[in-house]
Amino acid sequence: MSEAKGDAGRPKAADRPLSPHLLNWRPHLTMTVSILHRFTGMALYGGALIVAGWAAALASGGDAYDEYRGLLGSPLGRLVLLGVTFSIFYHLAGGLRHLAWDLGYGFEKRTADTTATAVVAFAVTATIAVGAIVFFAGLGLL
Amino acid sequence: MAGYRTPLGRVRGLGAAKHGVGHFIGQRVSAVALVFLVLWGVYSALALAQADYAGAQAWMRSPWHAIPLAFLLSAALYHGQLGMRVVIEDYIHKPLSKNALLILSLFVCWLGAAIGVFSILKVALGGGAL
Repeated sequence: MSEAKGDAGRPKAADRPLSPHLLNWRPHLTMTVSILHRFTGMALYGGALIVAGWAAALASGGDAYDEYRGLLGSPLGRLVLLGVTFSIFYHLAGGLRHLAWDLGYGFEKRTADTTATAVVAFAVTATIAVGAIVFFAGLGLL
Repeated sequence: MAGYRTPLGRVRGLGAAKHGVGHFIGQRVSAVALVFLVLWGVYSALALAQADYAGAQAWMRSPWHAIPLAFLLSAALYHGQLGMRVVIEDYIHKPLSKNALLILSLFVCWLGAAIGVFSILKVALGGGAL
């Protein structure tokens, strides 16, 4: 190979543009919605572990259960649960959008923007609805 | 003699191993299941929010609750493990850190599923506390 002598004229690997990188893009709707899909997915990883912990607390007896319930009912716990609730609805709607893409639908720019808005709108509305049920129906978690 | 052949030469003509899409398929199949399970989960969480210890235990003793909950937890952790794997592979490039995190995530998910499902069964089948 003639690699050895010809290296001088070529740009170094680091100088070439890499595949689409976050810093190269002006923030826009579909991008933000996509990033949030990943964030909510990571949050739900924790949410699933919270459910596992809840089952473990229930299996460990009344004191452990009350303590865990108190933890979830604390201001921080409520905030976490609100975040998990939002993440569930967001990731659910975003996931359905992804499944539609997998089937070949919804790639047009207009459609992608519309469905992105729909995902956010659904997640916000559903979260508010659940929050309202908890608040007004007296399901105050303790 | 096979030892002198390149890896490419050895597999050429044998066709695909058909294993490459396992992650893709698994993620989507669990996603479809989770669409329903997670909606049921939110409904159940709201129903359980006001229940005390005895109420939660009574809830769990019904197979109509224990079985879907075990499915929800397993499917969620399976799906989450697949998703977290992609995140780790996307952002962590040092082989040692990357593999350590991948294994850690795998263990966390298996442990969470094992503890969760065991606890569900214990309450659903066992009756008494501790």
